[in-house]
Amino acid sequence: MAMNRITKIKRSIFSRSSLRAIIAIIVFLVLWECGSRSKEWLGHSLPWIGLVPPPSAVVLVWMDLLGDSGYWESWYLSTMRVMSGFVAAMIIGIPLGLMMAVSRTFNSITFPTFEILRPIPPLAWVPVAIIFWPTEELSIAFVTFLGAFFTVVINVLGGAKAIDMRFYQSAQAMGSSQWDIFRRVVLPATIPSIVVGSSVGMGITWNVVVAAEMISGGGGGTSGTGGGLGFFIWNSYVGGSYEQIVVGMISIGIAGYASSELLRGIGGFFTPWLKTR
Amino acid sequence: MAIASGGAAAPVTSKLQVSAGEIIVDNVSKSYGTGIFEKKVVKGCSFTIERNKLTVMIGPSGCGKSTLIKLLAGFEKPTTGNILLNGKPVTGPGRDRLVVFQESALFPWMTTYDNIMYGPIARGEADQKARDLAEFLLDKVGLRDFRSKYPTQLSGGMQRRAELARAMINNPEVMILDEPFRGLDAMSKELMWEYYSALFEESHRTNFFVTTDIDEALFLADRLIIMSNIPTRVRATIEVNIPRPRKLADFFTSERANEVKMTALSLLHEEAMKSFSGGSKAAADFVDSYARRSEQKA
Ligand SMILES: Nc1ncnc2c1ncn2[C@@H]1O[C@H](COP(=O)(O)OP(=O)(O)OP(=O)(O)O)[C@@H](O)[C@H]1O
Ligand SMILES: [Mg+2]
Repeated sequence: MAMNRITKIKRSIFSRSSLRAIIAIIVFLVLWECGSRSKEWLGHSLPWIGLVPPPSAVVLVWMDLLGDSGYWESWYLSTMRVMSGFVAAMIIGIPLGLMMAVSRTFNSITFPTFEILRPIPPLAWVPVAIIFWPTEELSIAFVTFLGAFFTVVINVLGGAKAIDMRFYQSAQAMGSSQWDIFRRVVLPATIPSIVVGSSVGMGITWNVVVAAEMISGGGGGTSGTGGGLGFFIWNSYVGGSYEQIVVGMISIGIAGYASSELLRGIGGFFTPWLKTR
Repeated sequence: MAIASGGAAAPVTSKLQVSAGEIIVDNVSKSYGTGIFEKKVVKGCSFTIERNKLTVMIGPSGCGKSTLIKLLAGFEKPTTGNILLNGKPVTGPGRDRLVVFQESALFPWMTTYDNIMYGPIARGEADQKARDLAEFLLDKVGLRDFRSKYPTQLSGGMQRRAELARAMINNPEVMILDEPFRGLDAMSKELMWEYYSALFEESHRTNFFVTTDIDEALFLADRLIIMSNIPTRVRATIEVNIPRPRKLADFFTSERANEVKMTALSLLHEEAMKSFSGGSKAAADFVDSYARRSEQKA
């Protein structure tokens, strides 16, 4: 069993597609390195890559930062903000979307308000959030929450409304009660949309949290590098460390990718029937 | 019993025998739309789905069979006329009738076994007896090895068989099936006929089966109802009178089968021609040119 798993992992690492991905990343890094070192190409100065620090310099700065507790505090703060906002959006958004899909009355009461609020960009809420919530931390979490909330609700609602009439009719014909139909037809049929909504929502929360941290000044950060990854980038900019800016950006990329992978895993666990396609 | 099914089947078999229902369709009409938009789909239709028999309805495509089924199911109401189940008017969907709709499908998020057990669980009847019956049906439709597979992992024919088992387990007083073997290739279709008729011979409950395939109709039917073109009504009813159990091997060579088939075909042909001359211009042109060509040849 164990051997089997190891060979499986090896195989997936050395598979053709991951090999391609690794080569692509290496080519990208080499081009970037050459570009930012030479600062020109065939006698023309390169427009922006010449201003970006080369990856080797970024890696050196990054190595230093790995020992800096402030950098890790930034990771921690941003992740916590994303998670709390995201989890709150799921806990409130999924039932709300389902209720809007199931009850016509509830839908007609809530949908118009929802649709007016939905187009407002989460960042437009920042001032209101700061006034409304007692601590800066809560304000940031709230804005993050909004980022995921509308996406989750609209996906759940759309998914539940798109359920094939045939499924209701079959269920009804076999003697299913309303509650039973909800539990064993509406809910499972909506899970794929919940998964899609949550992964899109997760992407938005990372966008929002970074911007909110930049605007609000990082919240509870204790050092120059603490205060969330968004604040970390902003602070590096103010401090003139371009390498740190790039480190911050890549960190966010990694964080976003990791959370998407996590969600994919969780989503796959709840939708075993989709894996068989 | 009709088919060999091992010793354990006996108690389950008796469970399949439930009080069977009878449906009387009395002068039923159904139109959609009103005024100049009115479209008559069913017109003055009367027939009986007899108790403990397999009644097959056959009619040209688009004549209104599925519309009739929606009325029988109670999802829609007749414009005029009555539908009686065991003497009581049908007013809405009910557990006494189980309808497998033309477009019905297994639940993609459930395994074969969970799909089959859907009905018993829904009604709070998922006891040992129901589980035994599910096992029995899994065997009967040849899906024992596929019990924990999802519908997407089954072939089209397997899905139809699973649907059949999912319907059968509910022991309805009347079982109504709308073209359940649609879209299958000839080979799997014939297999399905054998599975299905074996299941029917096991239970002998009231079955109503709708199809457009004459061989399918003939092989399955105790009684054959031939429908006219749209707006549909009963064109003829034939008592098939071929003993059960039936075997595909020699069924279609029997004299009685051919006799019924010829009668049914000539009636169906007439109805199909009506739709050409009465309806589509293109179709009428096609028939005309066809007639002219055969004249020239002669
Ligand atoms: N809700 C509706 N509104 C208007 N017309 C309808 C409606 N439902 C069915 N019809 C019409 O009724 C006619 C018969 O449809 P139906 O589905 O009952 O045919 P069918 O005999 O089941 O055909 P097939 O064998 O191809 O399944 C069609 O012409 C269709 O356009
Ligand atoms: Mg039909």
